[in-house]
Amino acid sequence: MHPVRRNRLIAVAFLLAGVAVTVALVMRALNENINLFYPPGEVVAGKAPVGPRIRAGGMVKDGSVQRASDSLEVRFVVTDLQGSDFTVIYSGILPDLFREGKGVLATGHLGADGVFKADEVLAKHDENYMPPELKGMHKET
Amino acid sequence: MIPELGHFALILVFTLALMLGVIPLIGAARGYQAWMRSAFSLSAGVAVFAALAFGCLVYAFATDDFSVRYTATNSNSLLPIYYKVAAVWGAHEGSFLLWILIASLWTLAVAAFSRHLPLAMISRVLAVMGWLAAGFAAFSLFTSNPFERALPIAPSEGADLNPLLQDFGLTIHPPILYTGYVGFSVAFAFALAALMTGRLDAAWARWSRPWTNAAWAFLSVGIALGSWWAYYELGWGGWWFWDPVENASFMPWLMGTALVHSLAVTEKRGAFKSWTVLLAIGTFSLSLLGAFIVRSGVLTSVHAFAVDPERGLFILAFLVIVVGGSLTLYAVRVPLIRSRVHFSGLSREVLLLVNNVVLVVAMACVLLGTLYPLAYEAITDGGKISVGPPYFNSVFIPLMVVLSLALGVGPSARWKRTSIEHLVRKLAAVFAASLLIGVALPLLISGAFKWQLALGAALALWIVGTHVLDAWQQTGGSVAGLRRLTAGYVGMTIAHIGFAVTLFGIVVTSHQSIERDVRLTNGASTQLGSLTFTLVGVDRVRGPNYVADRGSVRIDGDGASYVMFPEKRRYLSGGNVMTEAAIEPGVTRDVYVAMGEPLADGGWTMRLHYKPLVRWVWVGALLMALGGVTAVTDARYRRLRVRRDVAVGAEEGA
Repeated sequence: MHPVRRNRLIAVAFLLAGVAVTVALVMRALNENINLFYPPGEVVAGKAPVGPRIRAGGMVKDGSVQRASDSLEVRFVVTDLQGSDFTVIYSGILPDLFREGKGVLATGHLGADGVFKADEVLAKHDENYMPPELKGMHKET
Repeated sequence: MIPELGHFALILVFTLALMLGVIPLIGAARGYQAWMRSAFSLSAGVAVFAALAFGCLVYAFATDDFSVRYTATNSNSLLPIYYKVAAVWGAHEGSFLLWILIASLWTLAVAAFSRHLPLAMISRVLAVMGWLAAGFAAFSLFTSNPFERALPIAPSEGADLNPLLQDFGLTIHPPILYTGYVGFSVAFAFALAALMTGRLDAAWARWSRPWTNAAWAFLSVGIALGSWWAYYELGWGGWWFWDPVENASFMPWLMGTALVHSLAVTEKRGAFKSWTVLLAIGTFSLSLLGAFIVRSGVLTSVHAFAVDPERGLFILAFLVIVVGGSLTLYAVRVPLIRSRVHFSGLSREVLLLVNNVVLVVAMACVLLGTLYPLAYEAITDGGKISVGPPYFNSVFIPLMVVLSLALGVGPSARWKRTSIEHLVRKLAAVFAASLLIGVALPLLISGAFKWQLALGAALALWIVGTHVLDAWQQTGGSVAGLRRLTAGYVGMTIAHIGFAVTLFGIVVTSHQSIERDVRLTNGASTQLGSLTFTLVGVDRVRGPNYVADRGSVRIDGDGASYVMFPEKRRYLSGGNVMTEAAIEPGVTRDVYVAMGEPLADGGWTMRLHYKPLVRWVWVGALLMALGGVTAVTDARYRRLRVRRDVAVGAEEGA
C-alpha cells in the first residue's frame, strides 16, 4: 500500500475508534443522568419509580407550606388541582418565586412512603413563564 | 410621532438590506463595477437607519412613552434613567432590534476596513451580510415589531422591567453577547463569498481571521458576563448551571474556538480548507440556533425570558434557509476545493486537528444534552425529561483533559513535521515539574489529596509552563526580544494562559468551596471554615423602586473583620421578590451571603458560601478575549496589498 494511503487509513481508523468510544461514553452518561418528569397524578398512582432521581411538579397547595422550627426543613403539598396530591420535603432555601398556589418543579427521590425528598426546587420563573412540564395544568374553576 | 419614525426607519433597513443582498451580487456575477461598489454605500445606509430605529426606541423608553406596547410592558416611570435605556433590550422585541443594529454595525465595519480586498470578493461578503440583515429586519417587522402602539387606550404606567434585569451586569451582557453572536456572521459571509468565487486560498483565511477573532473575543466576554451575573444576581451562588440558555451561547463559542484554530492552519498551511468552511457555517448556525432556543422558549429553563413558538418557527425557517442554503452551496463547490498540502506524523497541524476534533465533539455533547429533552418529548409524545449537570460534567472533563495536554505541546510543535525527540527534549522538564507541583499542591493547601485538584493544577501548570518556556526561547530571555514577537503570537500566549487560569479557577472553586444554608436569629453566630458569621440585625430600607429587608452580617476570621449587607427586595410594581446577595470579593476567595426567608422567631434563613478562586473563572475568560483582540492587531492583517502566500504555493504538489 502507498505509504500516504496507509497513513491516512491509520488516521481514519484511530478517528473512528475515538468517535466510537466517545459516543459510547456519552450515551452512557446521558442515560445515567436524564431525569424523567412525573405529574402528581402519576406519583399518586404509583407510576413514578421509587428510588431513582426524578422530577415531579405541579402547583403548591394553598396553606400547605410548613417550616420546621429548628432546622431548614420545609414540607409542602404539590397538587394538580384535580385531586392528586403528594408531599414534598426539602431542606434548604426556597427560590424567591416559590409561592402557594404557584407552579413548582422539584428534583429528587420518591420514598416508599409516597413522600418526595427534593434536593432541588425550581419555581415558576415569572408571571408569564411556566416550565413546559407544568403546562396543561390549569385551575379548574 | 417618534415611534412611527422608528418603524419607518426599520422598514428602510429591510429594503436597503434587500438591495444590499441583490445588487452587488449581480454586479459581481456580471462584472459591473458600479453595482459592486454600491455595496459600500448600501451598508452605510443600513447602519444609519438601524441606528435611527434603535435611537427612536431608546427615546420612547427615556421619555416613558407607554403608548408603545413594548415600552409599557417593559419599563416604568420609577426606573432610573440608565435602567430605562437598558430596558430597551430587556425583552424580546427590543433585544432583536439591538441584534439588527449590531449586525448592521458589523456590516459597516467590514465595508470600512476591507476596501483593499478585491472588489468582487468584498461586494459578495457584504451581499451575504445584507441577506442576513434583511432576514433579521423581516423577523422584527412581521413577528415582533417593537414600535407597535397600545392605542386607543394607552396605559398611564408601565409594567416595569423584570427586577432580575435591573442590574449593571445585565445591561451590558446582551449587547456584548450579541456582538459576539452576530460577529460570526462575518466569518460566515467570507466563507460563502469564497465558495461563490471558488477561491478558497490562504488569502481568504487571512481576511477572515481578524473578524473571527474579534467576534470570538466578544462572545467570550459575553459568556463570562452572563456567568458573573448569574453568580451574584440569581442568589444561588452558582456560576454555571448547564442551563439551555447558557448552552445556547456556549455551543457557538466552542465551535468558534475550533474555527479560530482551523483558520490558522488554512492561512499558514493551506490545509483544512473545506473543514474551515464547514466550521464557519456551523458556528454562525449555532449562533442562530442560540437565538432560536432562547427566543422560542421551547426548552425548560430558569431564564427563558420570551415564550412564543410562532417567532421560534420563523427563526427555525430562517435557520433552515441559512444552513440548507450554505451547505448546498458548499456541496456544489466542494469539488473545487483541494488541499494538496501534506503533513504527517506529529506536527502542529495534527495537534490543531486534535483541538478541532475535541472542541467539535464537546460542542456535539452539549448540543445532544440540550436538544435531547426536545427529541424525547417529540418521540414519546409528550414524555418529559431533563438532562442533569452530571451528564455535562462527565463528558466535558475528559475532553478538556485531552485538550489541555495537546494545548501545552501545540506552540512548541513545528508545522508540517516535528520530531518526538525535539518535543521530549524541550518539554520533559516542564511536564515533570507541573506533575510534581500539581500533586503536591492539594496536600499543601488542604492537607488531603484530591486527584481532581491535582489533575487540574498539573494541567494548568503544564499549559502555563510550556507557553512561558516557548516565549522565553523565542525572545532569547531578553526584554528587547519581546519586540520580535508578533501580535499574533502574543495574543495566542495570553489566550492560552487565560484558558489555564479559567481551568484552575473552575477546578479549585468546584472542589474547595464551602456552602451552607443556615438559620440565623439576631445576634447568633455560625462557623463556616475559618470564618464566623454573625447576624447583627435586619433593617427595612427603601430604594428608588423597591423596599428591602437589609441584613447586617459580620464576618470575623482570617485576620479581618467586616460587615456585609445582603438584601431581600420587594419591587413596588408587580410585587416581585428578589434576593440581592452580598459578596466580599477577593483574588483568592469570595465570601457570599444571601438571605432566604424570614422565620417566625425574627431570624432569617441564610445562604453562606466560601468560594476560593471563583473570580479566576472570569478573569481567565477576559484574558482569552484579550488574547483574541491582541491577535487582531497583528501587522500582517493591515498590509494593504494582498501578498500571495509564497510558502503555500511552493509546497503544493510536494
